[in-house]
Amino acid sequence: MSETVESAEAQGPEAGKGERDVRRETIRRIVQGDLASLRVVIGLALIWIIFQSQNDRFLSSENLTNLGLQITAVGLISVGIVYVLLLGEIDLSVGAVSGLAAAVMAVLNVKHGWNPYLSILAAVLVGTGIGLLQGFLFSRFGVPSFVVTLAGLLAWQGALLEVLGSTGSINITDPKITGLANTFYSDAVGWIFALIAIVGYGAVLALGYKRRRDAGLAAENPTSLIIRFVLVAVVVIAAILVFNSDRGLPLAVLILVAFVVGMEYVVKMTGFGRHVFAVGGNAEAARRAGISVNGVRIAVFAIAGTMAAIGGIMAASRLLAVNQNSGGNELLLLAIAGPVIAGTSLFGGRGSVWTALLGALVIGSISNGMDLLALSSAVKFMVTGGVLLLAVLVDAVARNQRQTSGRV
Amino acid sequence: MASGAPLLELEKVSKRFGPVQALDRVDFAVHAGEVIGLVGDNGAGKSTMVKTIAGIHSADEGTIRFNGEEVRIKGPQDATELGIATVYQDLALCDNLDVVANLFLGHEEVAPGLGRASRQLDEARMEHETSELLSNLAVTIPSLRSEVGTLSGGQRQQVAVARSLLGDPKVVLLDEPTAALGVSQTAQVLKLIRRLRERELGVVVISHNLADVFEVADRIFVLRLGRGGGEFDAQQTTEEHVIGAITGLGSGEKDNGGAERAERAEIEAEKREEEEK
Repeated sequence: MSETVESAEAQGPEAGKGERDVRRETIRRIVQGDLASLRVVIGLALIWIIFQSQNDRFLSSENLTNLGLQITAVGLISVGIVYVLLLGEIDLSVGAVSGLAAAVMAVLNVKHGWNPYLSILAAVLVGTGIGLLQGFLFSRFGVPSFVVTLAGLLAWQGALLEVLGSTGSINITDPKITGLANTFYSDAVGWIFALIAIVGYGAVLALGYKRRRDAGLAAENPTSLIIRFVLVAVVVIAAILVFNSDRGLPLAVLILVAFVVGMEYVVKMTGFGRHVFAVGGNAEAARRAGISVNGVRIAVFAIAGTMAAIGGIMAASRLLAVNQNSGGNELLLLAIAGPVIAGTSLFGGRGSVWTALLGALVIGSISNGMDLLALSSAVKFMVTGGVLLLAVLVDAVARNQRQTSGRV
Repeated sequence: MASGAPLLELEKVSKRFGPVQALDRVDFAVHAGEVIGLVGDNGAGKSTMVKTIAGIHSADEGTIRFNGEEVRIKGPQDATELGIATVYQDLALCDNLDVVANLFLGHEEVAPGLGRASRQLDEARMEHETSELLSNLAVTIPSLRSEVGTLSGGQRQQVAVARSLLGDPKVVLLDEPTAALGVSQTAQVLKLIRRLRERELGVVVISHNLADVFEVADRIFVLRLGRGGGEFDAQQTTEEHVIGAITGLGSGEKDNGGAERAERAEIEAEKREEEEK
């Protein structure tokens, strides 16, 4: 019938367009999405330049090492928050959970004389259990995650006071626990880790390239692969140089990076991670594709609780104590703000675990820099609030742009 | 054109929602390698019929035969296992995922070797299979790695249809595949439907758009007030005939009780909406 006319209509405008579309797609990604972290890196560089110009101790290796230690706890909590945000949900209880887990660890270890590793394991399991419970209440009864975890925030703070008992503060002296945040590796060990990281990253890139070639797919341009490899290698080497000229590579930073890499792998490369994105993007579509939506939700809240507990343990280890303020103050807001600043959407379905690290670096730098300039609490609160607002604004604007260009 | 025993056959299938007789002793058959246009007015029972076949509703009475054997379809899983795939109007795609991820959603393939232990997805293989499937279907999409949200309505429809083929179905039900599409996009989707026919699938296309139905269907099945309102050979009939069968006018039947019918259709539509929630 009118087959020929249709073909002309259907294919005419499409034909020969493929390559140009691919290139345009790449540019769009750089501007809007996956490489939005570039935007954040530029922001971070600006922050560093500003503070360095005000106080030349800011970029000293000692202060940068301190910065690394300061962001460990919040960064670890943010790793779990990223998963929750990818679902399009929120977990307001992570601050309180981190405090409670740290208190459980301290009480078991100090008051009951438990083995330090067992105390840590128990604390982590408390976080996991709380996450499972909250995830279950949210997914089973359809209570908004906002409300479930807000109730959790209060309840777990109460539990923290209860666990701490009348003393209100417990000092941690066990070297196994304090060592988590106060261990520094020698130069040689630092370089070994650097080598492992660089070779490992190179191997992952090369393997991915080979797999695509073997499958007969258009592989990424080798030049861009090499650029990525060199960038990562430079960052790793620079970090080790900085750490080694101070006290050495901190175990705490190693733990943070290991969790970021591991959890990024899970979310980007495994079926479970794919399902997290799917539920965050379109829960109904995920359900119809046979994904256990509630299972994914409960697992994600369990991850958030677990990471909060791990963050709380690291914070307690650094401060050598747990008190009634543990996990309180602005910790919760900073843990959520970090990933959002660095490009994980509050609206679900978009983001990466890297943003937990990057966001913690941005927020940590601002807070560290203001401390160095000895600014008053008044100024610090207002600046931090402003940064938080800015992050959400950027996220909302990016979302609007996507919508106007037909992407939801 | 199709011949021999039908792939899927409905015999005197009825479905009630409370007082509303949504389907009333409907006989219907799809053969391999044919496209059937399922048409009817709002509330005529088109969606109920599709959902009955797809296992979302179960039939109250009547028999369903698949490949000549009587089957009971109690849930969507049963329908999928038999080889009946359904593409609903809302497509159920994740806009934030790329084409490959959407195609394999819920059925991701895991990499061999070390990847199996670490549960790594075999992206290369999935992308390879996607590109093979899409090129077999002559579906052109600029990049398989572009997010589905960036695609046009026609491309999204084609992705949804392609996804339904991954389970190797025998029968594909398409709910309003050309609704809200532009002229050239509609043409693309209709071409894809013809390609499904070439693959010897039985295809049921529900559509309001008679022009599209005439364009692509071999036979046209009319539902009217939950009953079979006639079957037409698309080559030998005219739109007027089909419209007559849809509305019940001009077919010699007297149109009494129009108000009652409208009311009934309305109740039924409401009922269905409720059910969907």
